[in-house]
Amino acid sequence: MSHILRIENLHVSVNDKPILRGVNLVIKFGETHALMGPNGSGKSTLGLAISGHPNYQITEGSIWLDDANLTEMEADERSRAGIFMAFQRPVAIPGVKMADFLRHAATNVRHPDRKEGQDLIPMREFRKELKSRMEQLKMDPEFARRYVNDGFSGGEMKRAEILTMAMLSPKFSILDETDSGLDADAVRLASASIAEIGRDKMGLLIITHHDKLLEHNPPQFTHVMLGGRIVETGGAELARELHDHGYDRIRKAYPDADAANQQMLAKEESLAV
Amino acid sequence: MSTTTIDKLDSAETFGQQAFERLLLKRIDPTWLTAKRKEAWEIFQALDWPNPRDENWMRSDIRGLKLSKFAPNLDESVEISQAAPVRLLEGVEVSASVRSINGVVVGESLNPTLAAKGVVVGSLSRCARDHSATVEKYLHSLICPKSDRFAALQTAMWSDGFFVYVPRNVRLELPIHLHASMGDGQVDLSHTLIVLEQGAEATVLFESSSPDTASHGFHCGGVELIQHGNSHLRYVSLQDWGKGCWQFAHQRASVGRDSQLQWTVAAMGSRFAQVDQRVELVEPGARSQVNGVMFTQDRQHLVYNTLQHHIAPHCISDFLYKSVLQDSSRTVWRGMIKVSQGAQKTDGYQRNDNLLLSDTARADSIPGLEINADDVRCTHGSTSGRVDEELIFYAQSRGFTRSEAIRMIVTGFFQQIFDRITIQSVREALGAAIARQVRQYE
Ligand SMILES: Nc1ncnc2c1ncn2[C@@H]1O[C@H](COP(=O)(O)OP(=O)(O)OP(=O)(O)O)[C@@H](O)[C@H]1O
Ligand SMILES: [Mg+2]
Repeated sequence: MSHILRIENLHVSVNDKPILRGVNLVIKFGETHALMGPNGSGKSTLGLAISGHPNYQITEGSIWLDDANLTEMEADERSRAGIFMAFQRPVAIPGVKMADFLRHAATNVRHPDRKEGQDLIPMREFRKELKSRMEQLKMDPEFARRYVNDGFSGGEMKRAEILTMAMLSPKFSILDETDSGLDADAVRLASASIAEIGRDKMGLLIITHHDKLLEHNPPQFTHVMLGGRIVETGGAELARELHDHGYDRIRKAYPDADAANQQMLAKEESLAV
Repeated sequence: MSTTTIDKLDSAETFGQQAFERLLLKRIDPTWLTAKRKEAWEIFQALDWPNPRDENWMRSDIRGLKLSKFAPNLDESVEISQAAPVRLLEGVEVSASVRSINGVVVGESLNPTLAAKGVVVGSLSRCARDHSATVEKYLHSLICPKSDRFAALQTAMWSDGFFVYVPRNVRLELPIHLHASMGDGQVDLSHTLIVLEQGAEATVLFESSSPDTASHGFHCGGVELIQHGNSHLRYVSLQDWGKGCWQFAHQRASVGRDSQLQWTVAAMGSRFAQVDQRVELVEPGARSQVNGVMFTQDRQHLVYNTLQHHIAPHCISDFLYKSVLQDSSRTVWRGMIKVSQGAQKTDGYQRNDNLLLSDTARADSIPGLEINADDVRCTHGSTSGRVDEELIFYAQSRGFTRSEAIRMIVTGFFQQIFDRITIQSVREALGAAIARQVRQYE
């Protein structure tokens, strides 16, 4: 399989406030990319814009999955085309069981031409598959009967996102801090699971502030985002450097981007007040 | 302005003295019943139609109701050109069933083993004759004809209906099914009376429907559920009248010592409905759980005035109504927990959640407490809001179309109530009835 996710000169605004200012990024199927950067630099925004969140307006540039222009597609069409994002803060859907949700999701993603009302994956077959995936992720089978993210602990939420990724086997996955809020054992388990499910089987864009996830999933490329742009790209050693020494060198090297980042954060604070 | 509203409603032609006298002539009622009807008729004559300034009616718009377009059904033999759908029976084995058309019972059946145990299920008109003393004791014992003019009309002119009597310590394993159907443009003045003696247990599935969703009609009905000590009643009611129907109903329950009532209401139909639902906890240890799902569309307007009345101490009442509104529909819920003097250790809860699927839908939610005892715990809450766009995006990012996402969120919204329904077939039937109502969304 050879698929390419190509982001060209992407500008994104939220409520007419510019956040991404010209992002370029190419990810090939099977590659692992790390996306790092200080708080508020625009990492989640990039993921949400790729996923098709309606509040993230693309004002310039485009996103391509092979020959398909994702920018013209709704979020569900992008998902069916093979895009997946494990969210930093997934929302709860009370009253909807994980198993029912995943069965419907998997049916739609595996049969992108399915029309509303057409049959879902047979219950038995799906249950069996879900059960074995949950065993692989060391999840309690009871989990499938719980309501989507409803009352989940931080760690449970992240694991549910990994389970969803496993069930949907996308072409490209964006993992937004899927390691945060987890205890040391859970980070190790999540990292190993992601490696087992995702490595070489999809293109991975891993957003993280920690090193454990990247230890299990060594990136071929590390990108640093600052002020809504990717200011530097390197290999695994760049991720290590940032983890050990922080963003001081980067901020000094790219004062314009740093100023933009500070400005966005300041706006955020003034909004919060 | 209010006087013209009332004039329009009045109809001496079809619901006048002549009609009432013809009804008395046609019926074969025991004398106590005739007297009761006459007394209610006096009250009907004396009362005015509800005043739009009345708290219970100020959010109700009944200007479009023209009673002269309807006439009480005075014939014992009725036919319906097109059958009205039955929804709660699929995959259910029942112990008894009763069917009515235009408020008159046309079919009854009861498992003979239960009949031998003294269980009575059937036409209320017939039972008023065959079991005169029992029916006399309970009929309209909880509903006062003075409540409003509709209650008076129904007490005076009720046509027939359903009677269920479960004797002491008899437990019905299988549910009883009651179905009221009403033809297009017709009238249903039926009454439901259910009596559970000490230690009795029963499940009753009641549904009302019209031949098709566009059907018109006028339903003015009553429901009385009477539970003696240690009894257990599950009462499910699916209201699926045509979307052109007017519905007025007084529904009451009286729950005795250590008894349990689970009352589930699902309302899908009617152009306009005004339901006054009350549960009285009359002896210590009584518990009630009232669940409601409402799903409205177009210009439907459903008004529910509910009361959880704690008369005795040590009782529990739990109340949850959830509605989903689309198009320009409107729901009104005015709920009250009333704790009488001396009803200490009351545990009362009420909650109403509304989900609005369009900008033009409107849900009024008015909880209330009236507490006359000092050692009680009463809580209430209500929410109203649009479907959260973040939830829709989350589902879309997992491959759901927008309309599939909304449908799923709506189903999930009702799930909390479905989780309380132990009978699987009922849960499925209600789920299917709701799924049919959800529009396609762009
Ligand atoms: N929905 C939104 N509404 C308003 N502002 C937003 C929204 N989403 C992002 N922003 C703003 O865009 C900027 C980038 O936010 P983003 O969440 O992409 O940063 P991040 O790099 O993921 O940060 P973190 O490491 O803290 O997760 C911030 O200033 C943020 O406040
Ligand atoms: Mg983020």
